[in-house]
Amino acid sequence: MTATLSPRRTGRLAWAACRALLVLTVVCGLLYPLAVTGIAQAAFPDRADGTPVRADGRDVGSALVGQRWSGREWFHGRPSHSDYDPRATGSGQLGASDPRLVRTVRENRQAVADYNGVPTAAVPPDAVTGSGSAIDPDVSPEYARIQTSRVARANHLTKGAVRELVDAHTEGRDLGFLGEPRVNVLKLNVAVRKAAAAAR
Amino acid sequence: MSPILATALQLLALVGALALVHRPFGDYMAAVYTSPRHLRIERCLYRCVGVDPDARLRPAAYLRAVLAFSAAGVLLLYALQRLQDKLPLSLGFEAIDPDQAFNTAASFVSNTNWQSYAGESAMGHLVQLTGLAVQNFVSAAVGMAVAVAVVRGFVHRSARSREGAARAHEGAARSGELGNFWTDLVRGVVRILLPVAFVSALALVATGVVQNLAGAHEVHTLSGATQHIPGGPVASQEAIKELGTNGGGFFNANSAHPFENPSGLSDLLEVFLILVIPFSLTRTFGTMAGNVRQGYALLGAMGVLWLGAVLAVTASEFAHPGTAAQAAGGAMEGKEQRFGEGASALFAASTTMTSTGAVNAFHDSFTALGGGATLLGMMLGEIAPGGVGSGLYGMLVMAVVAVFLAGLMVGRTPEYLGKKIGTREITCAACSFLVTPALVLSGTALAMALPDGEEAMTNIGAHGFTEVLYAYTSAANNNGSAFAGLGADTPFFNTTLGLCMLLGRFLPMVFALALAGSLARRAPAPATAGTLRTEKPLFSGMLVGSVLIVTGLTFFPALALGPLAEGLS
Repeated sequence: MTATLSPRRTGRLAWAACRALLVLTVVCGLLYPLAVTGIAQAAFPDRADGTPVRADGRDVGSALVGQRWSGREWFHGRPSHSDYDPRATGSGQLGASDPRLVRTVRENRQAVADYNGVPTAAVPPDAVTGSGSAIDPDVSPEYARIQTSRVARANHLTKGAVRELVDAHTEGRDLGFLGEPRVNVLKLNVAVRKAAAAAR
Repeated sequence: MSPILATALQLLALVGALALVHRPFGDYMAAVYTSPRHLRIERCLYRCVGVDPDARLRPAAYLRAVLAFSAAGVLLLYALQRLQDKLPLSLGFEAIDPDQAFNTAASFVSNTNWQSYAGESAMGHLVQLTGLAVQNFVSAAVGMAVAVAVVRGFVHRSARSREGAARAHEGAARSGELGNFWTDLVRGVVRILLPVAFVSALALVATGVVQNLAGAHEVHTLSGATQHIPGGPVASQEAIKELGTNGGGFFNANSAHPFENPSGLSDLLEVFLILVIPFSLTRTFGTMAGNVRQGYALLGAMGVLWLGAVLAVTASEFAHPGTAAQAAGGAMEGKEQRFGEGASALFAASTTMTSTGAVNAFHDSFTALGGGATLLGMMLGEIAPGGVGSGLYGMLVMAVVAVFLAGLMVGRTPEYLGKKIGTREITCAACSFLVTPALVLSGTALAMALPDGEEAMTNIGAHGFTEVLYAYTSAANNNGSAFAGLGADTPFFNTTLGLCMLLGRFLPMVFALALAGSLARRAPAPATAGTLRTEKPLFSGMLVGSVLIVTGLTFFPALALGPLAEGLS
């Protein structure tokens, strides 16, 4: 046993370990990600760059990154722990029985109901709870629907026209059973803005 | 379609996909680790490393190679972080502080991927690519290598028997040898992890995961605000993060971030990647043992425990007990709309029953019993199905414990795979599974006794205690998920959690390899009418019972103070 632990053998082993690590760093840390990047950029350039959304001939954000919307003319997203700053993603981390979270949820429910002129019972869970990422790009179809009257009035559109836009932007579950139905807020707002401009 | 029905279909699709690949993938992995042939690229790598790929290592030598390679990993990762500001592609981020750099290095090398930093505001592309992502591959390959070495010790037949001669190429033919760490490491990376990760990374990009080398760019939104949209080689890292049961997110929000996990489809793919190697390795074990039913017995025990955890978390999240969840009308705090309760619960149970620790929703905000079930999942020792490799050798250790308990009941010398379990074997097994409870409970006790624990809590009362208990459970079991409300980026937590990760990873490896080396030297005894049939469902049941009893007795008092107290109040 003592022979196998001689300083020379230990040194040789350490040297082999370092060389193995460096070689594998080149393979897994450089060749692999560069190969994936090359093929991804060639095959799916749009998605590899973050699924940008364009309006008015310019880049107005990513379809996958939620934004803060203020003003009655926009559909609003879910409460965000970081005010939709993608440099500080994450959630508020309060437990399901935490008194502070209970208060926030009740306040949010009242605020959403008042803002949209609907009864508090009509406000769905996603409208009053913070998302996991703080940049959730989606809301539930229910939350989009309770905002339609307010958005329609502010944009001088008919309620029916806005309702149609919401339905058109409602995405079902992937393959019919994966995840939950949702409405992408940015894409919907781009469509509302376009409709409002056309109506003027 | 109701959310509950959709969740059930999703679970069925996942189980179906795992069942479909179980046999071919498990057999493929067995072939990878037993083939006498080297690929040309592998020969080239062995020349660069300067090792003889056909040398056979005894347990102590195998272990020394594992430890030397891992130590080199810790040092390189530490250096990369400390020198970040002087290296290219740093995106202008500062060097990481010493305690956090140690914590992160320990975390990624031990396959834990606990993160006390926020990816998007601390780590540049160079550290992510050449430091963190590389350890995602190699720490997983080390786990698989050790598992295969342990299996070789368990199934080793003396060269005298005909069976033994047929298995000579496995490298375990001579007394007590467990194979060659360097070939196991390189083959795991080159033949298993790289090809699967490559294909899955491209599939993830197709669903919307980003993959570029740009930094954040600024956009002006329609409502007049400015937003910094981040970039980075996310898909390539995401694929190996799940496949290697690593779990360290490119971004702070981990797989809840829409750039890491943009849709229900990408989510299912990620859960599949988390589970595919740990579950399939039981087939690899069965094939190498020459009796696939031995593998199915372990698979049965793992499957029952995993399914139990999935059902427990799902039921609790859909029922959403807890005043805040009731007030909101659903347990959506900390969850993403595109996943909802069902997909979040499936991910949470899978990530904590393996050693992954990636999250697509924040466990801190789960219902008390749902969050408690994820905690219990880790406390089971992450063997159902567990981390890549570590799940298999952890379950083999528990199998030895189970046959020992059964032997005590009927008064027979216990045997497993035809080998008698003696004092030395059961000592190794007991030491192996006692390491993590010792680390978890003493770490939690220390943090609660010192002011550091209380200062770091976001939540109060029983939930605050659960945050601390969760942190040490996650670190010692090499999971890496968090009740992220705990402000763990302090010198105290960085250091103690870092030590828990290293000891929780490498001490069980030491004991498992010692157990395997000891079994390899034992001559097989012929089966008799009194031999416990370890390939039967009865044994799977005993295995589940042993795991639950051992863990339950160890952790029940701590669980009663945390999630149980909160759930019942």
